[in-house]
Formats: sequence, C-alpha cells, structure tokens
Amino acid sequence: MSGLKVLKIGPAASVQDQGRPGLLDQGVSRGGAADLLALAEGAALLRQDPNLAALEMGGMGGTFEATGPLRIALTGAPMMAALDGSALAWNASHRMEAGQRLEIGAARRGVYGYLHLGGGISTEPVLCARATHVAAGLGRLVAPGDRLPAGRDAGGDTGMTLACEDRFGGGELRIVESFQSALFSPEVRARFAETEFRRGSRANRMGVEMLSEGAGFAAAGQLNILSEVIVPGDVQMTGDGKPFVLLREAQTTGGYPRIGTVLPCDLPKVAQAQAGAQLRFRWVTLEEGLSLQAKHEKALHALPGTCHPLLRHPGDISDLLSYQLVSGAVSAMADPFATGEDS
Amino acid sequence: MTARAVPDFPIIRTVGLSGMIVTFADGLSEPSNRATLAFRNHLEQLKWDGVLETSTSLASVYIRFDPGDVDHDRLRTQLQEQLDSRNWLQEALPLGRRFWRVPTVYGTDLAPQLAEAADAAGLSESQAIENLGAARVRVLTIGFAPGQPYLGPLGEEWDLPRQTELTPRVPRGALVLAIRQFVLFSAETPTGWRHVGQTGFMLFRPHSDRPFALQAGDELQFEPVSRSDFLKLRDRDEHMGGAMSQEIPA
Repeated sequence: MSGLKVLKIGPAASVQDQGRPGLLDQGVSRGGAADLLALAEGAALLRQDPNLAALEMGGMGGTFEATGPLRIALTGAPMMAALDGSALAWNASHRMEAGQRLEIGAARRGVYGYLHLGGGISTEPVLCARATHVAAGLGRLVAPGDRLPAGRDAGGDTGMTLACEDRFGGGELRIVESFQSALFSPEVRARFAETEFRRGSRANRMGVEMLSEGAGFAAAGQLNILSEVIVPGDVQMTGDGKPFVLLREAQTTGGYPRIGTVLPCDLPKVAQAQAGAQLRFRWVTLEEGLSLQAKHEKALHALPGTCHPLLRHPGDISDLLSYQLVSGAVSAMADPFATGEDS
Repeated sequence: MTARAVPDFPIIRTVGLSGMIVTFADGLSEPSNRATLAFRNHLEQLKWDGVLETSTSLASVYIRFDPGDVDHDRLRTQLQEQLDSRNWLQEALPLGRRFWRVPTVYGTDLAPQLAEAADAAGLSESQAIENLGAARVRVLTIGFAPGQPYLGPLGEEWDLPRQTELTPRVPRGALVLAIRQFVLFSAETPTGWRHVGQTGFMLFRPHSDRPFALQAGDELQFEPVSRSDFLKLRDRDEHMGGAMSQEIPA
C-alpha cells in the first residue's frame, strides 16, 4: 500500500477528518480538523471526498518519504515545502514517486497546515472517524517512524491550485447571541464588540485565549450556573472575565457563562490566528448569521470548480514529465507561495 | 396538578446558529432532571426531520438541527407544542434503563479523601461508608469527558463545596464527590472534587463493541468492598472491576 513514512515531525501533528458529530450525549465533542476550510480545499485540489482524513500540522511540518507513487496536496497555514530539495507551491496538488522526500517547515503565517494524500489517510477508524482527539483518548499525535497509509486513490490531475481565502492574520469574527448572552448586560455586550483583542499564548485545538486592555467581560451577578452544553464557537468568560473562543475539541459541557457563538464559517480564522494576531468581534443577527453560513457552505461545494493549473502550460498538466517542468518553474519564482496568498 | 416552581420554566432558547435548548429549571432537582431525561427520550422517538442530535445536561435538553431542513420558528413551535402536551415534571423516567452495582473501596491509600469528606459532612468514616454505599444514585447527565457520568442526588449532608485547590491527578475509576453529586472518572484527570472511593469500572472503551458503559438515567450503587477484595476483583475483571448490571423493570 502506498503512503508516507514519517521521518521527522513537529510537536502537534495529528490525523484529522471532519470529526465525530452525534456523540454529545456520551461526552465526546466532535473534534476534527481545526480548519475545516483547509480540509475542503485539499479535497477539492485532489478531486476527492472532503470526509477523507489528512495530516494536520500545528506550527511545524515534518519530513516524509513516499512508500509508493502518491498524489498530495498542501493547504491551510502556508509552510515551506520542498520535494527532494525543490520548492513546492502551497495551496496546490503535487505528485510524489516512491522514495521521494517531502520536507515541510514552519508555518510562515497562521498555525495549522495540512498535508492531504490522494485517497485520504486510511488509518483505522475509531467510533466511525479517523480524527485524533487526544483529550478523549482517541488516537495520539503522529511520531517519527509512523506510517500514514493512503487509501485507494481514484487518481486525477496534479499541479492544480486554487485561490485561498486569507484567514491567517486574525481579523473580524461574526458572532450571534446564544442562550446565555442575556447573562451579560447590554453595556458589556456592546463593549465586547468595540474592543480590540489579540490572541493570547494559551491556544490549542480546544480553545483560543483572547486578550484585551481594560476591564474584563464578567456576567452580571451570577457565578454558579449549571453546566450546560458547549458548541464550537462559544465565547466563554472565565472567572476573571477573559474570553476564550472554544473550538471543536472543547469539552461537551461547561459551567462558565458564554457571551455568544462565533459563526462556524469564521472558526478557521480563530484557529489560524497566531499569538498576538489582532481580532475583533461583530454581532450579527441570527438571520444574518444563517445567511452568511449558507453562503459559506455554497462556496465550499463550489471549491472543486475553482481549481486551476498552477501555471498555463501547453502540455498536459497531468502528464508526469510536463508536471515536473512546471514544478521547476515554480521553484524558480521569488515567492513560491504567491499563487495561493495573493488572490 | 403541581404548579411549576418558577412560572418561566420550561424555556426554549437558541444555541449558536443551529441549536435549541429546552431548560426545565435553573438548579438541579430530581423532578427537573427526570423531566429532562423524559423529554429528550420523547424527542428521540419523534425523529423529527432536520434534528441531527439531542443530548441532556442536568436540567436541559439540547437539540442540534440543520436550519436548511427545519427553520428556527418551526422547530420552536414544535418544541412548545410538545412541552405544553403534558406536565414533564411529573413524567416517569424512560424505559430500558439499567441498574449497576459497582464494587468500591472507600478510603485507604486508594481513595485518600474519604476522611476529610466524612468530617465535612459531620459523619464518622464508617458512617460515611455506610451512607454512600447504600445510596442508589442516577446518571443525571454524561459530559465533560467521554462516558463520564454526574451522579446524584446524594443526601443534603453531602452538599460540600469543591476544593479551592485542584488535586493534580486521580486515576481512572475514581469516585469523587461534591455538591451532592458523585462523578466517576473515565480517565485520569485533575479535579477539585474529593476522592472518596475507587472502582475498577471502565466507562469508555473506544475499541470495544460497546464503547460506552452508561446512559443518562441509569442507576448505580457503589457497594463497599475491602481493599484486598477490590484488588482481587480488579485483577480478575480488568474492564468492569466486578461491576454488574440488570435492566430496571418498568
């Protein structure tokens, strides 16, 4: 079976897919890729099912050797990438031959980069998914010596790229009121949206700390509410009124009050914000939120149609020989990442 | 008919973009927890279009749905109709629940905070073991970690606050106590609750045919055994530690 052998790996790399929705009643949060858009982009580039698993690399990539011919795609936080020493474009699909080495370096912007294999990473599913959920005891981080087996690849073009939505430098997060918003006074809710935040140092796949100057955002007059359900995007206020945006791997229930819920389509921006990145919140109505989310989902479905060859080329892009020529041309450019980030 | 304790309850609120929560009380009580379990069970049987998942917390039912299949107004109306159809605080618990008897060592080096918990409850250690070992508690909700139950309610003498300092780690199977509830831990964890008992009961086995041992509404009794008997049971039965269950008759 073709796949990758892991020679070196960063400290926060794990196999991820769309996670395990439907197990809240048993205390298992859905988990899955921190940046679902990156998962969808990789699937679009390889023309395959977005439910397939990929390797999520937090902050730092690794070195991998192909055990057979493979299609790969690179998405999410742009990282330095090279195949046998030749630079590879990010946000693009490529071909690897048996024995070739892929090196992926540190994230240049953002946090989570993704390495996709044609056919997906076919580790053994647990509870109907391949997503690693360390806190739940489901799987573990990838370690040197591991093998990442590829599933059966239907095949297709490589040397494709797509325009990448820039979500790697913070920005605006749209937020809707949720069932505990009324615990916060209108003044606190308004001030929350007027405040400039920067991402704090405490951040992982469960949640991201937001720091600001001035007073915290305490709930009014109550500290002892019952533990209630947590959904991804909930903005929880800890005892001192400091916000944490909770992500898909957060616990299923919690007792800290939550001021509102960030739209699912803006969660990649939360997960991908580096420490110090500027972020702010904007309240939207439920109707606006639903319409923004529906628009996002429509765009996700349309992603495969937006893929195009890395460079215009008279030859057949799927032909291996001409592909390698294209790859060489890309590596000679001043910035091999420009393809994905400028659009 | 009993009037509702607070006229505002039950209430329906939205959760994020695609959820609703039905809350029966703002505090934990036996009737509000029973209403929660009964209402959730009822919704599961209705199998409404667009509803993707339901779950319960101590006194609320959460409904996750696809707003493309059922819009907020319609779902809210449907929920309100079901709430109005009967007094959920007087509903019986769902059928198919199980009763578990779980061998438990109280105190000793395996559960070192029994003495301080007994002291805080105004009981001797042997009284505390007798009291806790005789309590038949309900899985009020499962949450926070996979398969991890909140159990209760215990008697009022056990209304102990959480510790201000966290205990850095208690092992899997630890029975801890605070605020008239037990938690039985499904994995090693830090906690602010007091470690009064130890069991060999594995609640979450992701690779087995039955990954989750418990369902909300199940009942448990933590029957006292000696330290040496506990160790024998755990060696003989590494997954269950001697825990046995039977279906609760209607």
